[in-house]
Amino acid sequence: MIAARLRDVFRSRLIWPVIALVALLVTNVIKSPGFLSIRVQDGHLFGSLIDILRNGAPIVLVALGMTLVIATRGIDLSVGAVVAISGAFALSIVGDAPDPNDLGVVLGAAAASIVFAIVLGSWNGLLVSVFGIQPIIATLILMTAGRGIAMLITEGQILTVSSAPYKVIGGGYWFALPASIIIAGVMFALVAILTRKTALGMLIESVGINPEASRLAGVSARVIVWTVYTFSAVCAAIAGLMISSNVTAADANSAGLWIEMDAILAVVLGGTSLAGGRYSLTGTLIGAFVIQTLTTTVYSIGIAPEITLVFKALVVIAVCLLQSPVMNTRITKMRMRRRRTPAVAPTRATVS
Amino acid sequence: MTATTNRPAGAEPGRGGTAGGGSDRAAGAGLLMSGRRREAGRRAAGGGTPPGGSGATGQHGIAEWLGAVVSSRYASVLVTLALLIVTFAVGSIRYEGFFSGQVALNLFVDNAFLIVLAVGMTFVILTGGIDLSVGSVVALSTMIAASLLQSGWSPPWVILIVLIVGTTLGLLVGLVIYYFDIQPFIATLAAMFLARGFCYVISTNSISIVDPFFTAMADARIPVGPGLKITPSVIVALIVVAIAFVVLHYTRTGRTVYAIGNGGPSAMLMGLPVRRTKVLVYAISGLCSAIAGVLFTFYTLSGYSLTAVGMELDAIAAVVIGGTLLTGGSGFVLGSVLGVLVLGLIQTIISFEGTLSSWWTRIVIGSLLLVFIILQRVLTLRRR
Repeated sequence: MIAARLRDVFRSRLIWPVIALVALLVTNVIKSPGFLSIRVQDGHLFGSLIDILRNGAPIVLVALGMTLVIATRGIDLSVGAVVAISGAFALSIVGDAPDPNDLGVVLGAAAASIVFAIVLGSWNGLLVSVFGIQPIIATLILMTAGRGIAMLITEGQILTVSSAPYKVIGGGYWFALPASIIIAGVMFALVAILTRKTALGMLIESVGINPEASRLAGVSARVIVWTVYTFSAVCAAIAGLMISSNVTAADANSAGLWIEMDAILAVVLGGTSLAGGRYSLTGTLIGAFVIQTLTTTVYSIGIAPEITLVFKALVVIAVCLLQSPVMNTRITKMRMRRRRTPAVAPTRATVS
Repeated sequence: MTATTNRPAGAEPGRGGTAGGGSDRAAGAGLLMSGRRREAGRRAAGGGTPPGGSGATGQHGIAEWLGAVVSSRYASVLVTLALLIVTFAVGSIRYEGFFSGQVALNLFVDNAFLIVLAVGMTFVILTGGIDLSVGSVVALSTMIAASLLQSGWSPPWVILIVLIVGTTLGLLVGLVIYYFDIQPFIATLAAMFLARGFCYVISTNSISIVDPFFTAMADARIPVGPGLKITPSVIVALIVVAIAFVVLHYTRTGRTVYAIGNGGPSAMLMGLPVRRTKVLVYAISGLCSAIAGVLFTFYTLSGYSLTAVGMELDAIAAVVIGGTLLTGGSGFVLGSVLGVLVLGLIQTIISFEGTLSSWWTRIVIGSLLLVFIILQRVLTLRRR
């Protein structure tokens, strides 16, 4: 019974990212025993774990949007550029306002950035769903042109604005928790409810598995694809607000640089296949925290941070290879062989 | 390299043996396929061209064939050529001193590396794939060259190592795509991040180059007429273009590249070495990226991790503007050269304009790419 339960646990798609996360945390605890401790100071929670939550929030958000895009068999390379644009746009509005510390100004700036992102996202969606351009090329256009747009907004400078309410988005606290992780959590919960408690999630998966068949079955594939790209840009924009708020600066060149890589990595680590179809939001969440913990670990155990990118690239390659159709058939064959050997075959009604 | 070329042959001895006689015929069909439109290719592959049929069609259909060539095959390239001439004319009218031979030659001088990059990209896109790693490989090449020169290696060895690294990386990407059946964009995206990561590992700072050979290559000017000069890089780029032209249009490998783009399974059924060629195009693209990296080093005389960010878009844009279909199977390497010249011309105009900031270049290139992609969609839809 316990063995069967254990096997179920190990069959789960989430087991590997969870093991990776635990292993990383254990490494950190061995290196610095106080790693897991959380203390309360001025009514706020402090500690390395809280830092991981706070710094991981942008990745969680971007990866959330990316999960849905990848589920429709697409990819969004423009998220990094959108992060840069939204930070630059919001900060330029706040900076030009007579009183940067006015809450209304900050909220207005945030809303304006999100609206801008909706425009950018629907642009991507238009190219992919109406013109039928491959997602990689369609979003590549915004990926490079977008940095140019961000440059135009900041006029080539690094914008720095000190605004207390703006600082809250990425560095502040609500109810003792970092505001950024609460924002990311709310977005995550919204998406989870919207896609898992309604048929929307299934429709997204069906579009990813076979766009033509789902169109023939009456699924409005075009609208769904359009929506996921728009949503992905909105997520990226909120992440951009967080990142620019955390450092109180908008840098058109380096804000959100390589975040598309982190997001894709989080999604594939979480067990969503890049070939589209089935996706796992929980997996993405765990994947995002694995990446953030990895980044923190690299700093805390004293590996040169430059190596992180190589390491992440290798992980992406390894996970992609494991997910590839060739490996899949090989693994299935191995399982079949193993299942045939024992005298009493384990009875399993469903094979996941 | 030997491992790659041997493997498919070894894996399919039966097919190699039986199709041995047929593969010449298949190459002939491949020629037809590259010449005609998609449907012709599908017909040849799907219907199974009768043994004598291909020769006969080749002879009496030449006049019709030429007609088809003018109406469809070069259409997109001619559009690009017209765009190039019109842009140049507009520039000449608007700006004083624009209409000169040296401005035209500078298009080559300033974009020699991009020409080479676009050549490699043409091979990949012709097979229906894409290579997103080229910009990173250029950056990696500049970093390797700069750091090796700094530690006192001699230039020929440095260049050799850069070329080997680039080709190997491309080859590995090709093998990953081939063995694991992964979409090209994911594999090359991973390679893009990997190459960028290696750059950071070498150094996060910019390394300048003081080697006499490299500085000589940067400063050398070869006179080609009264008051007209080019750099050695231009000659290298033109040689690469010439080789690519010959390979694509006059060898079986080239025809296989076109055949794959027109339909992988059909090409496979004709007994063409599809898998080997698929791996080969990524190796070619890697080699071209490395050569472009060396030329870029001549141009900038430094190595920097964050250099050439977004250059993959320039290369893809050049190829697409040059008339190569993103879905593969149709396009010309000379078209890609025209595409590079168009991009260079846009940059020249923006610098002549003076008041426009250089970030507009990215935005204009993005928009131009978009226009041409949509143009392609419209053209292919109409053909069907």
